[in-house]
Amino acid sequence: MRLLEYQAKQLFSEYGIKIPKGITSKNIEQGRKDAKELGFPFVIKAQVPVGGRGKVGAIQKCNNADEFELKYPQILEMTVKGEKVRAILLEKMAEYKKELYLSLFLNRGKRCYTIIASAEGGVEIESVKNQVIREAGLGDVEKSVAEEVAKAIGLKDNTVNEFVDLVQRLSKLIVEKEAELAEINPVAILNDGSILALDGKIITDDNAGFRHRELAKFQERSELEEKAEKSGFTLVELDGNIAVVGNGAGLVMSTLDMLSDNGGKPACFLDVGGGATTESVYEALTLVSKMNKVKGILVNLYGGIVKTTTVASAFIKAYDDKLIDLPVFARLMGAESDKAKEMLKNTKTKLFDSVEAAINAAVIGVRK
Amino acid sequence: MNDIFELLQGKQGEPDYKKKSVIVQGITGKFGSLHTKLMVGYGTNIVAGVTPGKGGQKFEGIPIYETMSEAVQATGAKISIIFVPAKFFLGAAVDALEAGIKLLVAIPEHVPVRDTMTLLELAKKNDAIIIGPNTPGIMIPEVIKIGIMPASSFRAGDIAVLSKSGTLMYEVSHNLTEAGFGQCITLGIGGDPINGTTLIDAFDMVKDNPELKGIVVVGEIGGDAEETLAQHVIDSNFEKPIVAYIAGRAAPKEKRMGHAGAIVYGNYGSAESKVSMFNKANIPVAKRPAEVPMLLAGKFEKYKD
Repeated sequence: MRLLEYQAKQLFSEYGIKIPKGITSKNIEQGRKDAKELGFPFVIKAQVPVGGRGKVGAIQKCNNADEFELKYPQILEMTVKGEKVRAILLEKMAEYKKELYLSLFLNRGKRCYTIIASAEGGVEIESVKNQVIREAGLGDVEKSVAEEVAKAIGLKDNTVNEFVDLVQRLSKLIVEKEAELAEINPVAILNDGSILALDGKIITDDNAGFRHRELAKFQERSELEEKAEKSGFTLVELDGNIAVVGNGAGLVMSTLDMLSDNGGKPACFLDVGGGATTESVYEALTLVSKMNKVKGILVNLYGGIVKTTTVASAFIKAYDDKLIDLPVFARLMGAESDKAKEMLKNTKTKLFDSVEAAINAAVIGVRK
Repeated sequence: MNDIFELLQGKQGEPDYKKKSVIVQGITGKFGSLHTKLMVGYGTNIVAGVTPGKGGQKFEGIPIYETMSEAVQATGAKISIIFVPAKFFLGAAVDALEAGIKLLVAIPEHVPVRDTMTLLELAKKNDAIIIGPNTPGIMIPEVIKIGIMPASSFRAGDIAVLSKSGTLMYEVSHNLTEAGFGQCITLGIGGDPINGTTLIDAFDMVKDNPELKGIVVVGEIGGDAEETLAQHVIDSNFEKPIVAYIAGRAAPKEKRMGHAGAIVYGNYGSAESKVSMFNKANIPVAKRPAEVPMLLAGKFEKYKD
């Protein structure tokens, strides 16, 4: 789960990492109260689970009540890289002399946590040349390691100690919460040498969720995503008009790629899991029926199907129940496909022998 | 490290050649019982099952034990496959390694990364191989199947298929089989961020097999296993044909695409990064699964010259 900035900062605060004073709201009525409590000026920050907010105006300075009435609703209504704004953080500005970058992440290849730090903060880390990368084992980061990193990015005097303290607190957080990534960008160094986390990003291991009930309150899922999870599916909502359904993450990704290569626009990635049954296919169609903009459904199932006829009956049931009226372009790999084709002859579901053929038909079909 | 082919089929002349004993942990569960039957049907020699609370009973004639140490003591098996819910996975896996298991196939999805890392430390100490978690399993077609893959996709042959994804392993192997390329081993490393056997480990396990004629790598976005493998191939001067396929080119960044490990941060884990490293290693990358056998055939043409 990717935490929103204000949620990450809440965890920072629990671990003694200093953050600017701020209040989060989800509507302007609450926002006005927050503004009064905080006092002008402050920054209005859109809470979305993606980066690049600054560039699109989703973070703006606010000097007075007039600006507030104009900017708050405008930012709340924004969509950043396809993500709707979930909440608004009003935050006091800090005067600082320098910005740094710091992150700790689970290095998959090395199987340990790794620190990335840079004397250049506030920009995307991929674009920064002077990165200091240091492997840090599986437990809490040792003081000597954090000190090395501090010196490598050119810190001096009491800022070294402040930075070491920050790294150690962040490492405690990532270990205890079983996070994959904890990033502070930028870390601000104030005029007195003390340190403040101006932004925050944390990604936790969803699979360890059963050990971290305290994180459940941060879960921000759409209604559809929640429904999908209950069925044991994975759903990623996308911008296009062809819903992509399949069994197995790799297979669905592959289908998405081929669809895009052929000029199709996927409306979602829906993985119904390794096995595919009549029930799971029906359940998937139920989810797709609730999505807007969908003009056609592309289905790619391989393995786990006992008989294609059982899947065919799921489509028929979905039409009979008036669940969907959409055309389905399906490739089902399994026994009795001729019989399944016969069953679906007079429906809006067409079966194809290859996924390529199904994709071509889908791309043409939704243009009609 | 133990030789994977020897672990899976033994040596010619041994009494259990091509009949290696396998224990199923979680044999009475819905998934475990279904796949036990399918594995037995394929010819895998399942000698015991473990389900706490059901020791002394039988499943399809296979004796069930309370613990792995009892099961191993009774059968002498060195291989085990686990089908338990993710929450109980670490306990079951530790039980297996402590009982002397040398090859552990970890099917469960949703195992916390920390549990996997804890297990891998123990596996290193015990000189055991872990395949997975979140793997479809491992098989030598027409000899042994330890996993959940549909048998019909595979034929015996001389190509190794190493895959992050389960269904894509079936799909690509099916395409290979149709084109006349059988497989000498197919191994799913699993879709998690941390894998007991990495792509490099898997490559090293198969590369010196004298029967091997070529390798197909099925990767997907996330992590840098493909990039490090490509570098490893360059460094090791491996000359037999290798072809790759990478899924996830069209996936948005910072979204987990079904597999816990399938997520791109910035350029880290992106398909472009993987494809460009494979190109550097002279490994062609297919645009779609059906293209894999064509690229492989092309590689063989060149290899002959």
